[in-house]
Amino acid sequence: MNKSIHQSLFFLFLLLLQVIVLNNINFLGYINPYLYIVFVFLYPLKENKFPLLFYSFILGLSIDFFSDSGGIHAFSTLFIAYIRLFFIKVYFKKTPLDYPFFKLKDESFGKVFNFTITLTIIHHLIYFSFANFSFQNLSIVFLNTLFSCIFTLILFFLGTYIFTKKEQ
Amino acid sequence: MQQIIYFFQKFKYFLFFLLLEFIALFFTFNNLNFHKSKYVNSANRITGSLNASLSNFSEYIDLKSKNELLSEENTKLRNQLEKNRLVPSKDATITDSTKYRQKYTFTQAKIINNNYSKQFNFLTINKGKSAKIDSEMAVINSLGIIGITENISENYTRVQSILNKNSKINARLKGNSRYFGTLKWNSNDYNTVQLHDIPRQAPLKIGDTVETGGKSTIFPEGIPIGRISKINQGNTTNSELEVQLFNDMSNLRYVYIVKNLHKIEIQSLENISNE
Repeated sequence: MNKSIHQSLFFLFLLLLQVIVLNNINFLGYINPYLYIVFVFLYPLKENKFPLLFYSFILGLSIDFFSDSGGIHAFSTLFIAYIRLFFIKVYFKKTPLDYPFFKLKDESFGKVFNFTITLTIIHHLIYFSFANFSFQNLSIVFLNTLFSCIFTLILFFLGTYIFTKKEQ
Repeated sequence: MQQIIYFFQKFKYFLFFLLLEFIALFFTFNNLNFHKSKYVNSANRITGSLNASLSNFSEYIDLKSKNELLSEENTKLRNQLEKNRLVPSKDATITDSTKYRQKYTFTQAKIINNNYSKQFNFLTINKGKSAKIDSEMAVINSLGIIGITENISENYTRVQSILNKNSKINARLKGNSRYFGTLKWNSNDYNTVQLHDIPRQAPLKIGDTVETGGKSTIFPEGIPIGRISKINQGNTTNSELEVQLFNDMSNLRYVYIVKNLHKIEIQSLENISNE
């Protein structure tokens, strides 16, 4: 019970943070971080994949409502939510038995870095390809992906550094 | 039957994933069509009221510059008024906005959400059906054109910005030569738009003013747009011009919505001739 309240608060926090603050940064005119995908990284591992797929779709769609982008955020967020388990198996070598005990902050920095950077690049690439919606200006798509990835990851690692409690 | 159930059991996550992805794609394609995007847009009650309260908060930051803009516009309008009063003869330019032949009405509104960094940009304004706003009305401010209204809810309206790859607006060169073309945006820079289909023989100079052409039922004639900043004259009969906008599209607050009172009359005439 406590956990689900925690999850929904986290959901709301990420949504509001994205639409109120991060969508309006426009660093150098067009670079924005998309930090809300952290929801997909941190959602607890379970056998049942329906909740994660559904919540990430709703999160993406709510951001679409605010930023007038159709269903692009929903599409790309749902995609990384679906392939998340595959990359957890690849990078962290987990079996279904380990799922209840898996926590991202307990893993080594290198593995977490690989995991997050892969999902972030995939998400941003899908997002910017759909936002561009043509085969012209492909260089802009790649540049946007690169810069936004860097921005998102910096914010993510700063955030985890600040908000994780140090164990003594 | 057993086989089908087994199939659904095995691929249930993938099928669910596909279903949601198709819904997302449906919304995406819908959003790209002007007038069809009725599902996902920012002109609904929840997003509208949140954006409105946010813009109330951020309004104070640029209060001073907006005041200066307003007083400049006032001065301009006063000068125009005096000009009409001093020369009451028939030689003076007769505008359509005189009392009994009024063609346009203006409604004031505030922008509560503004995008300019994407390829398909939209604005949200705080007037809707309750203020008699309809779709396909022009949105302008004192410096130039901003966009066309699209989705309307009770109190909010979504506006397709001129910084949208779907936007096409009739525009002409100001001055004696009335060459006209189509204004589009190539999504590279939010300060410049492109003017297409200007004939090659048109006399062009960098710095010439571009204004709306009045050949559509949406925009009134002669609303300023921008200045020509670059002329690309290729081997074709048409030339493409880069137009530097008068408006700073990243810093907008108060706008006017223009309603054309003759729109239905004009459109009914044009539809007859098409048949």
